[in-house]
Amino acid sequence: MVNTLLRYISNHKLSFFTSVIVIVGMYWFYFVDAIRAESMLGFAWRYSIPLVLAAMVGIIGERSGVVNIGIEGQMLTSAFIGFFGAAYTGSLIMGMFLGVGTGVVMGAFLAWTTVKWQMDQIIAGVVLNIVAAGITSFYYTQGQLLPTLMPKWSVPILSDIPLIGPVFFERGFFGLATLVFVVLLQIMLFRTRWGLRTRAIGEYPSAADTAGIDVIKMRIVNVTIAGALAGCAGAYLSLEATSTFERGFTAGRGFLALAILIFGAWYPNRVMFAALFFGFTTALASQLQADKVVDIPQQFVNLLPYVMTLIVLALAVGRVRPPAAVGQPFVKGSG
Amino acid sequence: MSEQIQTRSPLGRIWDIAVRYQAIVVPVVALTLAFTIGGVLIALQGVNPLIAYESLFRAALFSGDGLLRTLQKATPLILTGMAVSIALRLGLFNIGAQGQLIFGALASAYFGYSLAGAPTIVILPTAIAAGILAGAMWASIAGLLKAYRGVHEVISTIMLNSIAYGLIEFLISGPLQEPDQVLLRTPAVADNARLGNIGSVPVAFIGAVLLAFLVAWMLNRTTTGFQFNTVGKNKFAALYSGMKISRLTVLAMVFSGGLAGLGGAIETLGIVHRYESGFNVGLGFDGITIALLARANPLATIPAALLVAMLRAGSATLQFDTGIKPEVVDLLLAITLLLVSIPVLANILFRDRAQKQENVTSGWGS
Repeated sequence: MVNTLLRYISNHKLSFFTSVIVIVGMYWFYFVDAIRAESMLGFAWRYSIPLVLAAMVGIIGERSGVVNIGIEGQMLTSAFIGFFGAAYTGSLIMGMFLGVGTGVVMGAFLAWTTVKWQMDQIIAGVVLNIVAAGITSFYYTQGQLLPTLMPKWSVPILSDIPLIGPVFFERGFFGLATLVFVVLLQIMLFRTRWGLRTRAIGEYPSAADTAGIDVIKMRIVNVTIAGALAGCAGAYLSLEATSTFERGFTAGRGFLALAILIFGAWYPNRVMFAALFFGFTTALASQLQADKVVDIPQQFVNLLPYVMTLIVLALAVGRVRPPAAVGQPFVKGSG
Repeated sequence: MSEQIQTRSPLGRIWDIAVRYQAIVVPVVALTLAFTIGGVLIALQGVNPLIAYESLFRAALFSGDGLLRTLQKATPLILTGMAVSIALRLGLFNIGAQGQLIFGALASAYFGYSLAGAPTIVILPTAIAAGILAGAMWASIAGLLKAYRGVHEVISTIMLNSIAYGLIEFLISGPLQEPDQVLLRTPAVADNARLGNIGSVPVAFIGAVLLAFLVAWMLNRTTTGFQFNTVGKNKFAALYSGMKISRLTVLAMVFSGGLAGLGGAIETLGIVHRYESGFNVGLGFDGITIALLARANPLATIPAALLVAMLRAGSATLQFDTGIKPEVVDLLLAITLLLVSIPVLANILFRDRAQKQENVTSGWGS
């Protein structure tokens, strides 16, 4: 047992020591200034939840060989349908179902056009975004309210851990579900038959096809199911994070998620830490600005995530390798 | 063989022509379908769709200065449509025409008011050139990131859009703000830096149409155009024949951003006469719709832009007359775009004679 643990550590030296340094650093900060540490980490995680969910949509799609640029549109429509569904039916749970369902429907649409009809994947995604913006802004009405706020749950025992407890384990439904999804997807991708097959059709579809895997069907199913996560991300934004909906509500988060996906090298666990890094940097910048430590205009603080995305991508691309067949339609017998 | 051709019925011959020109037929059918679906949605809102469409088009074409406003709106749209098209030829999907356009608009507004007092021959070309340069420079960031760091242009241009918005909000709320003004806007440009109209045709519209022919000539008749198309069609063939893909990528983004920036400059000098927060919204995004409707053909962006401009120009009156929200235009365009871009419509119409749509954009890592 101890031996296995030691071997694991020596095999993953870099990630092990980075996490140790990060955790020690966080708790050192917590003992210096508990209130700030908790509020900043809380901000970082609230900021990360939709990004992590959306990035996992990308992970599933791209690991199976389908680029999904339409995540933004999926999130926007899900947030819209979730919010107005809840407002009109008077039931938050109904809104959650409708929101998640919308993500699935849009995922199915994207899957069908790109996999079955072999439409250009990037164009299909952008069209999905434009359509989502068009529909939501036409049917948007002002002055709707949610029937109830999303209740917060505390996970027993775990929520009593200082710092980490209140930040990660006292959340609404989607906040807690995100943690479960990250762990679940990590295990499923690398420890199950589904995961092996998904990675196979994204790396070398014709070999997978020879081995008897139905590439087309599996891609369609994966992209469709991933839509549920996009639905969660959208519903989180309108039902849990803010309890409101505005035009253009998602504000480019679907694209930030794609950058985080590359930063996290298509691994669910790394994506979660990449998103937290983004969130924490943003929290740090606004804190420094609020405390008048540095004198930068508010607009520049708001721009930080976008600038960071560009820098991170410029540095990361080339170091990380995308699934080999991503973006290429599969035609049976032509590879 | 020759007998077979002669036995073709007249209807069959018309069908042959339709198949040959399906690049035009498909968008027209898509448009008709979109207006039908849109009509149903309008009817669901309790308004007679025929009355709604009549009010929309009357306002856009026949009432008072309707035609002028339509053409004014069409001008920057032709340019942003071409901006997206030219990059698409090389396999680059420039989603950032919006950011490039607002940078162009701000730059030309700055030179338009800070050079006030200079003769027209100096101020007007400077303001326009500044717009083009600003747009080109902003787009070149995405081009350089794509060419030398492999950052996908869809993500980088979206990020650059947001950054452009933030930077410009900062500039017009501080350094470039009109003195003693609460609104976020620059001072007005000098009178002799404004673009006028000949009757109900804006000068800039004529310029944009001429430019469309120039771009078409560039793409179809010059070495650079040939290289653009080759890289877009087959990167490996282009590489093998010694074309410098990195340089061409940056060049395409510079052209693309320059066109978008020019669109912004014209919007500033021709209509808004200053940079004002909240103006110019959506011109760059409509450019994407227009380019996809026109299938990246620069000449086809003219009718596509006119269509979008007509809808946008008429939408305010539509709301006044019937209470239908102006966003109905976004809905109509979204449905059209969906029908044009998914290959299924062409397949239903022409079955095995449908043109195969190629994969135009580039994948992730490359």
